[in-house]
Amino acid sequence: MKFLDYAPAPESKALLSLKSDYGLFINGEFTAGRGTPFQTINPATEQQIAMIATANEADVDDAVSAARLAYDGVWSRLTGSDRGKYLFRIARLVQERARELAVAETLDNGKPIKETRDVDIPLVAAWFFYYAGWADKLDHAGVGPNPAALGVAAQVIPWNFPLMMLAWKIAPALAAGNTVVLKPAETTSLTALLFAEILQQADLPDGVVNIITGDGGTGAALVNHPGINKVAFTGSTSVGRAIARSVAGTDKKLSLELGGKGANIVFDDAPIDQAVEGIVRGIFFNQGHVCCAGSRLLVQESIHDEVIDRLKRRMQTLRLGDPLDKNTDIGAINSAEQLARIRELSDLGEQEGAQRWSSDCVIPQEGFWFAPTIFTNVSTSHRIARDEIFGPVLSVLTFRTPAEAIAKANNTPYGLSAGIWSDKGSRILAVADKLRAGVIWANTFNQFDPSSPFGGYKESGYGREGGRHGLAAYLKPAVRSGSRSINAADQQATPVTKKSASASKKSASAEKAAK
Amino acid sequence: MNRLAIPKTYKLYIGGKFPRSESGRVYEVRSHQGDFLANAAKGSRKDARDAVVAARGALGGWAGATAYNRGQVLYRIAELLEGRRVQFVDEIMGCEGVNAAVANAQVDEAIDRWVWYAGWADKYVQVAGNANPVSGPFFNLSVPEPTGVVAIIAPQGNESLLGLVSAIAPALVAGNTVVVVANENAPLSAISLGEVLATSDVPGGVVNIVTGSPAEIAPWLASHADVNALDLVGAGELDWVELQISAADTLKRVLPPESGEDAAAPALSRILAFTELKTVWHTKALL
Repeated sequence: MKFLDYAPAPESKALLSLKSDYGLFINGEFTAGRGTPFQTINPATEQQIAMIATANEADVDDAVSAARLAYDGVWSRLTGSDRGKYLFRIARLVQERARELAVAETLDNGKPIKETRDVDIPLVAAWFFYYAGWADKLDHAGVGPNPAALGVAAQVIPWNFPLMMLAWKIAPALAAGNTVVLKPAETTSLTALLFAEILQQADLPDGVVNIITGDGGTGAALVNHPGINKVAFTGSTSVGRAIARSVAGTDKKLSLELGGKGANIVFDDAPIDQAVEGIVRGIFFNQGHVCCAGSRLLVQESIHDEVIDRLKRRMQTLRLGDPLDKNTDIGAINSAEQLARIRELSDLGEQEGAQRWSSDCVIPQEGFWFAPTIFTNVSTSHRIARDEIFGPVLSVLTFRTPAEAIAKANNTPYGLSAGIWSDKGSRILAVADKLRAGVIWANTFNQFDPSSPFGGYKESGYGREGGRHGLAAYLKPAVRSGSRSINAADQQATPVTKKSASASKKSASAEKAAK
Repeated sequence: MNRLAIPKTYKLYIGGKFPRSESGRVYEVRSHQGDFLANAAKGSRKDARDAVVAARGALGGWAGATAYNRGQVLYRIAELLEGRRVQFVDEIMGCEGVNAAVANAQVDEAIDRWVWYAGWADKYVQVAGNANPVSGPFFNLSVPEPTGVVAIIAPQGNESLLGLVSAIAPALVAGNTVVVVANENAPLSAISLGEVLATSDVPGGVVNIVTGSPAEIAPWLASHADVNALDLVGAGELDWVELQISAADTLKRVLPPESGEDAAAPALSRILAFTELKTVWHTKALL
């Protein structure tokens, strides 16, 4: 063995007892889906893990009905403190079964076990703990006294942080008093179905959470279902746009957490070693399958060569391989489809004239892999500087002045995240003020916490997840009784919806006729 | 013999100036009794685009002004409106066919609404922002910031001045700039409000007022890629679902139409509807 060679240290799969087939979780029990089942594979081996059911429109309908029944009959009648107790139970059960969930997530997603074990699953538990405590304190959520739940929430989540995204969606929805129909991503349904078993252990009332699996068709059927009151979606900007179009004119409340092209800005006075660690964390964490990834490195011209040299040296130490190995830094790309997209955009980067460099690592024979890669000599017009690659690919640009850094950072239709590396506090504060992004990390990157709101500006979506603000996505103000004068200010008018629009048009024309 | 009055030419208000519509078009504004009052400019697609350019240009200065300063500027609008109330009462009586008492009450409410919103400028961040107790060595702060350029279809109902003020004031509080399509049938007080804005301390381009047909202009604003948010409060009679669908292409923040007495009622939620929450993580040293 040479220096930096490690003996294999695989996490054991023995504590997992997976079924060969998984059904839909509707009204508290598993049922067979009426669509065509599909296989979920381990992207590191391309071996089948299990067969997953597909929910067709009738199944979606059943799930929404179960959620509605549970909302009307049970969940909306519980006290906040009882709802909170269920969430506390769920948090504890997640902690108890953390190792099992981490292994399952790594198998199904391809991300390294050290990330699922130390980041994903601990945050899942933290999210339920945080929102559990909110359930009986909603008067302080910021939407006025005695706020009301929305009803049935439809939630569609992506494959990059499967169980963590589930927690981000379900915990605030339940705390606020809603019931849920959640659809995990097609390639990563497994941990959501294990989570359904946890809900059974928690004895959560039937129908409060329903989990339906399937492809985009199932998701569309759910989002377009007339029986839901809320849509929460995390995923691509193109799907987000389609959802925004489809809920237009309805009274469904919508929150979207979409793509990004985050700028990670390194000033010449930054602590370079820490910055290099932050750059690595920003783009190679979770194989770069992170909507808030720092995928554009903006480095001050005077330190460009030094930063790139040190970054390359650091990248040579990243270990790519078996995601279950505790020493693995870079796991598998989640799907063949995603790998193809990463390859296509990277090839475009070369064609457009940027210089490509990848770390030397042995790519396993089976599975989907992409070596950590950086592009230098990138200009702002290059596709790799504009499009979200969603892979371990970093585009490096340079700047001379803070104003140029800000202009380049903001030169994107996205606005999700940004990073600032500098030793000068006043500069960090001033630059942070000017960046059009929802989450900014100063001298750190890719930090998440249930108390900290997360979400985008511009085409990165709207609404926030996490913190007090994350509750607002699932609450509405108490019904007003009102005078319009400013003395009764701060209440909400009744919005016109498709349903009430025709009625109000009628009354408006009746008013005109009366005159 | 009575003195012959000097009637006013009503034009658009864009970028702090009062241009005619580039299209050269006007439309007749008539009183409730059917008498001719004025030829208002019939704004075009290009006027709307010019207004967006002006609003974008003014955004940095207005959003970058201190909250204390923005509050004082908004309060000054109330001062000037109070001083010119007679003109507004006349226009409202003319356009809306109401008596002096009703018109005066509307102007009162419009002035008070400026004062109410002015007071929010340096407070909404405190009410809607948050310090977050993250589990790590970080100082973590969330603050709301303006969304950007907000396009507004002003309420088209009876109270033209109050409707307009109720729609634009909350968007301005946070530092957004505005393009507003005025009440089509009663546009006179909108342009006169433009004169108030022009002679107050509101920088040119912060508020841009286009008169004409909302049905004609709104689609261009809804699809405009440099508009960040769309307030459809007065679009209830338009094909507003189409407008919302069109706005989805650029993921604009959209407020739906409102109807009835409470339309655009004063609310903190109207201010926050056009803000974005920014969360900054600052690393703390380990001592």
